[in-house]
Amino acid sequence: MNLTEFAQGRILLLDGAMGTMIQRHALTEADYRGDRFADWPSPLKGNNDLLSLTQPEIIVQIHLEYLRAGADLLETNTFNSNAISMADYGMEALVEELNQAAIACAQEAIRRYRSESPRPVFIVGSIGPTNRTASLSPDVENPGYRAVDFDGLEAIYSEQAKALVLAGADALMVETVFDTLNAKAALSGIRKVFDALGWSLPIMVSGTITDASGRTLSGQTPEAFLISLQNHPLFSIGFNCALGADQLLPHVRSLRRQSPFKVSAHPNAGLPNALGGYDQGPEEMADLLEPYLEQNLVDILGGCCGTGPEHIRALRALLDRVDYPGQPVQAPAP
Amino acid sequence: MKPLLLSGLEPLVVDARLNFVNIGERCNVTGSRAFLRLIQQDRYEEAVAIAREQVETGAQILDINMDEALIDGVKAMTVFLNRLAAEPDIARIPFMIDSSRWEIVEAGLKCLQGKGIVNSISLKEGEKTLLYQAERLLNFGAAAVVMAFDERGQADTLDRRIEICARAYRLLTEKAGFAPEDLIFDPNIFPVGTGMEEHRRNAIDFFESTAWIKAHLPHARVSGGVSNVSFSFRGNQKVREAMHSAFLYHAIRHGLDMGIVNPALLEVYEEIEPELLELVEDVLLDRNPESTERLLDYSARHADQGGRPEKAEEAWRQWPVRERLTHALVKGIDAFVEVDTEEARQGFARPLELIEGPLMDGMGVVGDLFGSGKMFLPQVVKSARVMKKAVAYLQPFLEADKSTESQAKGKVLMATVKGDVHDIGKNIVGVVLACNNYDVVDLGVMVPLERILDTALAEKADVIGLSGLITPSLDEMVLVAEEMQRRQLQVPLLIGGATTSKMHTALKIEPKYPHAVYVNDASRAVTVVQGLLGQDRPRLDAERIEEYERLRQGYWRKQSGERSLDLMEARARRFSWEAETAGLVVPRVTGTHAVEGVDVATLRPYIDWTPFFQAWELHGLFPKILDDAVVGEEARKLYADAMAMLDRWERDTVLEPRGVFGLYPARSTEQDAIEVLNAQGAVDAVLIGLRQQKEADVCLCLSDFVAPASAEIQDYIGAFAVNAGTGLETEVARFEEQHDDYNALLAKALADRLAEAFAEYLHWKVRTDFWGYASGESFSNEELIKERYRGIRPAPGYPACPDHLEKDTLFRLLDAPRNAGLHLTESRAMVPTAAVCGYYFAHPEARYFALGKIGADQLEHYAALRGLSADEARKWLGSAVF
Repeated sequence: MNLTEFAQGRILLLDGAMGTMIQRHALTEADYRGDRFADWPSPLKGNNDLLSLTQPEIIVQIHLEYLRAGADLLETNTFNSNAISMADYGMEALVEELNQAAIACAQEAIRRYRSESPRPVFIVGSIGPTNRTASLSPDVENPGYRAVDFDGLEAIYSEQAKALVLAGADALMVETVFDTLNAKAALSGIRKVFDALGWSLPIMVSGTITDASGRTLSGQTPEAFLISLQNHPLFSIGFNCALGADQLLPHVRSLRRQSPFKVSAHPNAGLPNALGGYDQGPEEMADLLEPYLEQNLVDILGGCCGTGPEHIRALRALLDRVDYPGQPVQAPAP
Repeated sequence: MKPLLLSGLEPLVVDARLNFVNIGERCNVTGSRAFLRLIQQDRYEEAVAIAREQVETGAQILDINMDEALIDGVKAMTVFLNRLAAEPDIARIPFMIDSSRWEIVEAGLKCLQGKGIVNSISLKEGEKTLLYQAERLLNFGAAAVVMAFDERGQADTLDRRIEICARAYRLLTEKAGFAPEDLIFDPNIFPVGTGMEEHRRNAIDFFESTAWIKAHLPHARVSGGVSNVSFSFRGNQKVREAMHSAFLYHAIRHGLDMGIVNPALLEVYEEIEPELLELVEDVLLDRNPESTERLLDYSARHADQGGRPEKAEEAWRQWPVRERLTHALVKGIDAFVEVDTEEARQGFARPLELIEGPLMDGMGVVGDLFGSGKMFLPQVVKSARVMKKAVAYLQPFLEADKSTESQAKGKVLMATVKGDVHDIGKNIVGVVLACNNYDVVDLGVMVPLERILDTALAEKADVIGLSGLITPSLDEMVLVAEEMQRRQLQVPLLIGGATTSKMHTALKIEPKYPHAVYVNDASRAVTVVQGLLGQDRPRLDAERIEEYERLRQGYWRKQSGERSLDLMEARARRFSWEAETAGLVVPRVTGTHAVEGVDVATLRPYIDWTPFFQAWELHGLFPKILDDAVVGEEARKLYADAMAMLDRWERDTVLEPRGVFGLYPARSTEQDAIEVLNAQGAVDAVLIGLRQQKEADVCLCLSDFVAPASAEIQDYIGAFAVNAGTGLETEVARFEEQHDDYNALLAKALADRLAEAFAEYLHWKVRTDFWGYASGESFSNEELIKERYRGIRPAPGYPACPDHLEKDTLFRLLDAPRNAGLHLTESRAMVPTAAVCGYYFAHPEARYFALGKIGADQLEHYAALRGLSADEARKWLGSAVF
């Protein structure tokens, strides 16, 4: 059964955060380095994606916890596994390997979970936004300047997507999109990979509404964001990160009104507190997401920063409890 | 009907509620000279302000066009869109990327985070291209304007519009998977009121095709460039605005969804004054055969700069006949033309004189008025008609006059180049020329260059005229020019059309084909063609060549101030030597040879006189200078004296010119040197090359024109030194003895010219005989002076190789002291001074260039080769060093 078939008539449950789960392990610089990168010239602590190579067991365990909590979709530990983000660590050359290793971690978690449940689960290759933006100038003095352009982004996204697809992802998610032009480059890069392979996977896109302005970082409203990407045959479009479930709702509703695709939402566990942590508990988050179901706003739910397996378990309980009206949404054939 | 979804930072949902969408037209370098200037001068701040103003005055989409041959369209589009992205009050609306060049379209799309519109795609280059472009648009996320244009050309009838739009719709929706609501058809808005019969239904055809598209192509929309419709009334804003709003009013009723307009300058339909509205609608809807006349009349009465009510209309009938003819031509009045022509004819010995005199003068006035925007196209056509009547009246007299060639004055072949279909201007030119008794062969539009040239040869055309309006046509014109040069044609090539310019012709076309002439408007064409087919052609050619050269120089001067490359980078950008294009010819003779049997009589025909006059501070091109209003008289006297002196030199063998040339095996090195080999293949001399380091695609060094050692092909280089004559010192001394400074100076200046003439002559001998790579060439002296031939003869100390020390090497190779009686001073000046030395390069693409500034790295390299200190090296290179 593939993801598209599985999604018929049900709300899919994404997993929760990877970063905040890794933080719980309080890893040291040496843990990040492992044996292989003991002598790497730059500091590596904080390069979470590298853990798929140096601490694969930790990643496998996090995936396993989310599976046990009831997630249908595992997001790979590849948010930054692209050549632009990895350049911060001098690890551009490791992009392919990092993506392969992350897929392998998810596959290993599923293999172990098989002895506990035959439930179908899927691997979603996570493709983050990189740390550069094609629509904004980093230099206030020079508004026409760009630190990265479309072609540069398309190339690095293509590289990452190819590695994820060939290693065995069931779907790809271009996520935490703060600049729609970056997302366009990602979709163009992915399309190139699919064209070369002769087959394709479902593509999910998830944007980020930065703050109360109700716009993306690059200034688009939710409707403009949708319209800009609508030419691509997406599996789903939605929002994640930055906001909690309650703040995110009106924007998800805007998408739902216009979107020909499935709609997803994986908000943070509320807004960050003064220390940058997240206080929203699993039950509270589930309560806030309940209106999403009542109003038939989403087809895919999950959690972003500050959420853990306990939040996903609460969302699984919510999905089991609420009778989903089940609006079949037909995405255009890819 | 499904809504068309577009976005900038905010969505724009085009549906029935919007009625009509204004697309701002002013960010267009081809449509707005002001905007072009801002982009050319990098004044993006002000360019952004133009965008903002349009948004503020109601533009819902912004059209952006950077199709101008003299700017880097890809870069301009990218920079401008990036600047706009930083302006949320502008970037909130969707953008329309308007370009006929696909690389600019893609560059634009790569800057848009929203879903914009591409203007345009079409079937012009066939189905495959259309489908490819559609696929790319789907990839970027953009709607498309589809032009009613196919492989056969631009649709200009209702049937053609329907046929093309239906076919494109089917392909795009069925084969490319394009959403039909993302398709916007542009069924071509053409001008009305041009005075041309075939343009009368242009607006109606547009309205009807709009209605057809809306009825038969589900969900598709219709757009158009509205200002085209009033093209013939440019200069009269009031009429144009009224015409635009009336056109929109009717077009919208027929289903037009959007249009490219200047939203700030749209007269409200209801507020158009009734008289004007009726006249405008008569023209748009072709309601009255007199409509164009009447609107023109109205336009004249309500000209932008005050009206000039026409009273005492018959008063001009009292004027002298010459002025009456001019008046009739300017006003396009044909009522009295035969009477007046007959009256005028009696005042001339030959009817041709009447045509070439008063009638042509009158057309010249028309041309000037049209050129300065004071006359409209249809008026010019009417003027031409008057002319034709006059000529027709004179026809029997012309035929009776045996001394007159009653045939057409010449045959002009006209064509809109391949890939372009715009032909209004060309047709006007055709009419005007035909009215002026030229035989016009019009090949129509989208004419491939082979057909243009084959027909020109078959028809024995005297002039070829190329027209084009869209930007890619400029490139096509360059190709035609190249092919004409390759076929060694001599016929003038007229370049016209809206995107062409004198600068472009001077920069891109004339260097490919020296007979290319830019003609800026239709009524000028007669004057230009007449000149080119007359006896004055050499003078006109020379003037034009001089003018274009000046334009180029000015342009290049402006382009300087670029950063310099480092030497390694500059070398990587060398002109790449390829055996296939090097046209290698083994010299008939090699080694060093003194030149025998050359005297003043041999050299006289090769003299370039212009610098001679310059030496006397008389500026102007020879022979034009002889007729110059200011210096002409002095120039004529000087010239007479010079001729007399030459006569005497020739008769009394005062000067004995001496020269030497050498042709040697040679190869170039990676380090920009040229190794000259002796007969045994050993390196005999090393010529040190200097390479351009300016920021450019190609950084030249003379060594680029010689086969590199790595090619392992035997190439050759030549060297020469010529001396006007050993008798000169005696001659000059004799005049000075008699305190005759005038003749002393005259002798020196003449000797200099003779030395140059010797160099020119010897180069010709080398090309056609000793080296023999151009044995078939045949050029006039004028052409020789302009260096139209293959190969160059750069001289040390001149811009391509400023290093005077190279003369040491040359002199040694040539044994110039013994063979040419020449010596070098310690500063490497040649003695006697009337002398020239240099190299010969035979490569077909060898060209003169200015070295420009070189970098410190090359200076160091050069100093090391010469074994000089950096300061000494600077001395030899002068201005080439920072």
